[in-house]
Amino acid sequence: MNSSSINWTALGVFIFFFALVTVMGFWASRWQSGGSANKGAHLDEWGLGGRNFGTWITWFLVGGDFYTAYTVIAVPALVYAVGAYGFFALPYTILVYPIVFLIMPKLWHAAHKAGHVTAADVVFGRYKSRKLELAIALTGVVATMPYIALQLIGMEVVIKALGVTGELPLLAAFVILALYTYSAGLRAPALIAFVKDLMIYIVVLVAVVLVPMKLGGYGIVFNSAREAFAAKGGMTGLTLKPAQFLPFATLALGSAMAAFMYPHTLTGIFAAKSADTIRKNAVFLPAYTVLLGLIALLGYMAYAAGVKVEVNNDIVPALFNAMFPSWFSGFAFAAIAIGALVPAAVMSIGAANLFTRNFWKPYVNPNVSAEGEAKVAKMVSLVVKFGALVFILFLPTKFALDLQLLGGVWILQTFPALVFGLFIGWFGANALLTGWAVGIIGGSWLAYADGIKPVHTFHIGADSYSMYTGLIALAINIVVAVVVQVVFGKGGAKAPALKH
Amino acid sequence: MSTDMPSRTVGRSYLRALLLLPFIALLWVPFYNDELPALFGFPFFYWYQFMWVPLTALIIWIVYKDGLRKGVE
Repeated sequence: MNSSSINWTALGVFIFFFALVTVMGFWASRWQSGGSANKGAHLDEWGLGGRNFGTWITWFLVGGDFYTAYTVIAVPALVYAVGAYGFFALPYTILVYPIVFLIMPKLWHAAHKAGHVTAADVVFGRYKSRKLELAIALTGVVATMPYIALQLIGMEVVIKALGVTGELPLLAAFVILALYTYSAGLRAPALIAFVKDLMIYIVVLVAVVLVPMKLGGYGIVFNSAREAFAAKGGMTGLTLKPAQFLPFATLALGSAMAAFMYPHTLTGIFAAKSADTIRKNAVFLPAYTVLLGLIALLGYMAYAAGVKVEVNNDIVPALFNAMFPSWFSGFAFAAIAIGALVPAAVMSIGAANLFTRNFWKPYVNPNVSAEGEAKVAKMVSLVVKFGALVFILFLPTKFALDLQLLGGVWILQTFPALVFGLFIGWFGANALLTGWAVGIIGGSWLAYADGIKPVHTFHIGADSYSMYTGLIALAINIVVAVVVQVVFGKGGAKAPALKH
Repeated sequence: MSTDMPSRTVGRSYLRALLLLPFIALLWVPFYNDELPALFGFPFFYWYQFMWVPLTALIIWIVYKDGLRKGVE
């Protein structure tokens, strides 16, 4: 890759599309604002886009927000590095939809009825425990921060591929993002998601048709990858080694359960117009999973194209620079960079909503008005983004990646508190809080002891079993919650049955 | 949760069990950890997983339609 000189054609195309979405971002505050009397002055407006997004808008928003820019960079990079094992992203993003279909319409009903804006609101509404509410809110904010930082890494990678050096472009992109998110709230990423998703669809469809055509077909793509893995010693390949079965399956299941516990994905759920909108989206969102699987294959195409990189994350930009004319590379890089803006905006909004509703309101100003809430959230969204930027500019990249990995383990520990109460009334707040605490501490300790690896290995006799650490921690979490409920749960600690 | 009658809920739960199929099909890795048979140059491991994307969407759609008929809100 020629990264020492600036690719002017690609840069020009890139800047054109970036400018286009900037204009859209600022204009978005007027879009879909309907006839609501308190528009702009209520957290429901800024933080949830008026709670009125229909099937199409939700499809673009959640698609644009769940399949992030970092995914486009990191999934092919992982597949390039480890082969079949990196493909756990596919079962993960398939299994997430039956889970969404079963759980999220119920969560939407609970939130809609009481005007809840965040997951922690729902938990407080259900269990009336400030401690449990704070635990859920804190987990959400802490898990989201490194996730925003990852989007910046995605943006950094494509800016570098354009031949532009220095940190100023990243800074400029982020200031623009921060300003339009501040002024338009969730409507900005919802509107920009249309452009982002269409661009990504075009890029990927062109890439997965044209690149194999140039290289001689998919058979050759897979063959080159097979030979490359064999030459590297055959530790990984086009299929899984028996020792990888359990890590592959548990990573897929654990990630699928964690995916819609994050504030940014839940924001998409709470902003939906109806439970039916969510059910329809569970049917139609898998279209993005096909796209993700095709994106993952770019990692194998790099072998067939003979592209070599020092850092695995550069594999997609390097492949595009090698296979396409500059103008199309510029278009692809713009798609990826805009693909970073949408989730980064929604994540900062989700985190800001949590801070405002579950920290500011209960602990700082209980009498805050709906208008005051919106003001606080807008300010916090700026702070959150600034924090992520500082993270990337001053700390090693590995730190953000490690924290993101731990964040996945942590956010999964909120599953029992948020989900169980929607189906059964048996658990009390103390049991769930204890389970959460043990899950967080146990999961962090296991991951730390393993050198911040997502998979932990148990040795039972001569056999060893490796599993996703987050799922192990969740199992401990649930067992502890059940035990605490059985032992201490008698005498009114149970939550009242949820009625509609 | 929903407003329908208990008798209807029984029928709904029955079809909802279909949602377990993708979990069984994808989490039991030995089912599909093979290169053959290949399809359009794709080893079995890959096209099998890709195939489960539309299949899962179809299953969710069937359960969704059934829910609509039974008046789930």
